[in-house]
Amino acid sequence: MEKFTTVTGVGVPLRRSGVDTDQIIPAVYLKRVTKTGFDDALFANWRQEPEFILNQPEYQGARVLVAGPDFGTGSSREHAVWALRDYGFDAVLAPKFADIFRGNSGKQGLLTGVISEADCEKLWSALEAQPGVELTVDLVEKKATLGDLVVPFEVDDYIRWRLLEGLDDIALTLRNEQAITDFEAKRAGWRPTTLPVRHA
Amino acid sequence: MNKPRTLAEKVWDDHLVVKGEDGTPDLIYIDLHLVHEVTSPQAFDGLRQAGRPLRRLDLTIATEDHNTPTLAIDKPIADETSRIQIQTLRNNAEEFGVRLHSLGDIDQGIVHVVGPQLGLTMPGITVVCGDSHTSTHGAFGAMAFGIGTSEVEHVMATQTLPLKAFKTMAITVDGTLKTGVSAKDIILAVIAKIGANGGQGYVLEFRGSAIRALSMEGRMTICNMAIEAGARAGMVAPDQTTFDYLEGRPHAPQGADWDEAVAYWKTLPTDEGAVFDAEVLLDADQLEPFVTWGTNPGQGVSLSDVVPSPADFADPNDRAAAERALEYMDLTPGTKLKDIPVDAVFMGSCTNSRIEDLRAFASIIQGKKKADGVRVMVVPGSARVRIEAEAEGLDKIIEEFGAEWRFAGCSMCLGMNPDQLAPGERCASTSNRNFEGRQGKGGRTHLVSPLVAAATAIRGTLSSPSDLEG
Repeated sequence: MEKFTTVTGVGVPLRRSGVDTDQIIPAVYLKRVTKTGFDDALFANWRQEPEFILNQPEYQGARVLVAGPDFGTGSSREHAVWALRDYGFDAVLAPKFADIFRGNSGKQGLLTGVISEADCEKLWSALEAQPGVELTVDLVEKKATLGDLVVPFEVDDYIRWRLLEGLDDIALTLRNEQAITDFEAKRAGWRPTTLPVRHA
Repeated sequence: MNKPRTLAEKVWDDHLVVKGEDGTPDLIYIDLHLVHEVTSPQAFDGLRQAGRPLRRLDLTIATEDHNTPTLAIDKPIADETSRIQIQTLRNNAEEFGVRLHSLGDIDQGIVHVVGPQLGLTMPGITVVCGDSHTSTHGAFGAMAFGIGTSEVEHVMATQTLPLKAFKTMAITVDGTLKTGVSAKDIILAVIAKIGANGGQGYVLEFRGSAIRALSMEGRMTICNMAIEAGARAGMVAPDQTTFDYLEGRPHAPQGADWDEAVAYWKTLPTDEGAVFDAEVLLDADQLEPFVTWGTNPGQGVSLSDVVPSPADFADPNDRAAAERALEYMDLTPGTKLKDIPVDAVFMGSCTNSRIEDLRAFASIIQGKKKADGVRVMVVPGSARVRIEAEAEGLDKIIEEFGAEWRFAGCSMCLGMNPDQLAPGERCASTSNRNFEGRQGKGGRTHLVSPLVAAATAIRGTLSSPSDLEG
């Protein structure tokens, strides 16, 4: 994973709350067996409406999405994160994120910054006042800057550290391989095993 | 004397491989990893690219469910991308040595029906799957939660996950359910009460006399939808109902292992005096059949109620969401829910496709005919549920009613397989999500219980079983 420090790019004000992962990427697009090629699937149903914000020419090449509370609810599909990344987004700012989505994002280099509802409204207004304007998201300082407007955001310290360092979770865990092996040696015999297969 | 602990805390503590320090997460051991075709291909690829083996094949099991057709299952899958995804799982299972139950196999079915049915899901274990409805398995007193594909790969490689402890919420449901009211109504009422995101960051422990009185199937329905309140997991403390369900199942412990397991399981219920981070109470006596009117599972009311108005919501986000939902659902505030006609009824999904659900549905429709013009699909959760239902003659009742009796799979719960709503179609569905387009682009979903689905299929409008009397 690449290291994430700051991102500067076009910001998109998505004035919707409770954006679930079925909206971010409808299930029909989940059939692919790769991690890429999902950019056309992002918000696929909404993008069929001509007035949808991502269809506006000012927002082409956007890198930062500013959405309402409860972004990423519902299905665990990591495809939602892949689709956002493929489309070009590096960061989503919202007042609240669903847990699984937030975890998935941290593993794919997508920053999920938690902002206050008041700051969300300010960012939306500022982005709408100048469609296509760029903002800077600084993970080191945990703030987003758009002209004079400076908005702090929260991000889990551990996720932040991994993003800043660009670390691979599995490699980190495998540093504890001996502890895992020791734990396995003590597991009770009644715990379930799928092999060998037992029949009814 | 140790500090009193909740069920969730006990299971967590017993799976602690490395305790996190200074803001780093705990490393938690995973006892059971369930795999399906949609969220696994990229994880297997990751292992391959890194040259890592799958650490514990004996704690891993796969089934095909999301993409599988529910008709003509002996024919090649018509949709090419679905066929490739299923074939990819088969290839990966063979290459890595994962146990797989493919379409046509007697143990094939929805992953959350198959695990419990095989006796693999048991109290006090940790269960994960690349599917948010993994919360289902919490009905046994397991800690079970959905994960993303990166985490699927992580579990495959390490059999662990780095996790920060979840908060705990007690949801106490006391009292006795009225006739015609079921587990599904409890959970829809809970979600309406705390909101579709009210459970974020929490493990919900469902407790109280109304929960204790539920069968394992009912408890699974409730825990299944814990994620629809935004929760990480739902749990019910194990008791004699749990042990009776498990005993004798193929992978349940046997002999001395069984005795040791039961002795341990009896230590799991939340201690007297343990403190939850939040508590919610619900009176089962007052509950009525419930139905959703909007596009998130928290937008629900009693079936005897009317479609609410956006003006009823104080919170501006809720009000905007209601406005948008009513437009999508093509509903007018003030309309009686029971006056809303449906085009389709879907009886199935990991929420409500077990034998008890099918029996409940069949008990209402027996000897009756479905409403004209309403398409009714009944989809068992697994091949074994289908066989069991047929042995009881439920398939005959369903077919004589005019409904379609299908093969096992996720079916019309999500638009990934041939079973989908057409744009604008309205469906009473026993599934778990009423999101925009969930059952097919432009489709409109009302979440209901099997009993309400059956009554609706008879009358053609959203109905409760009591509407059939007189």
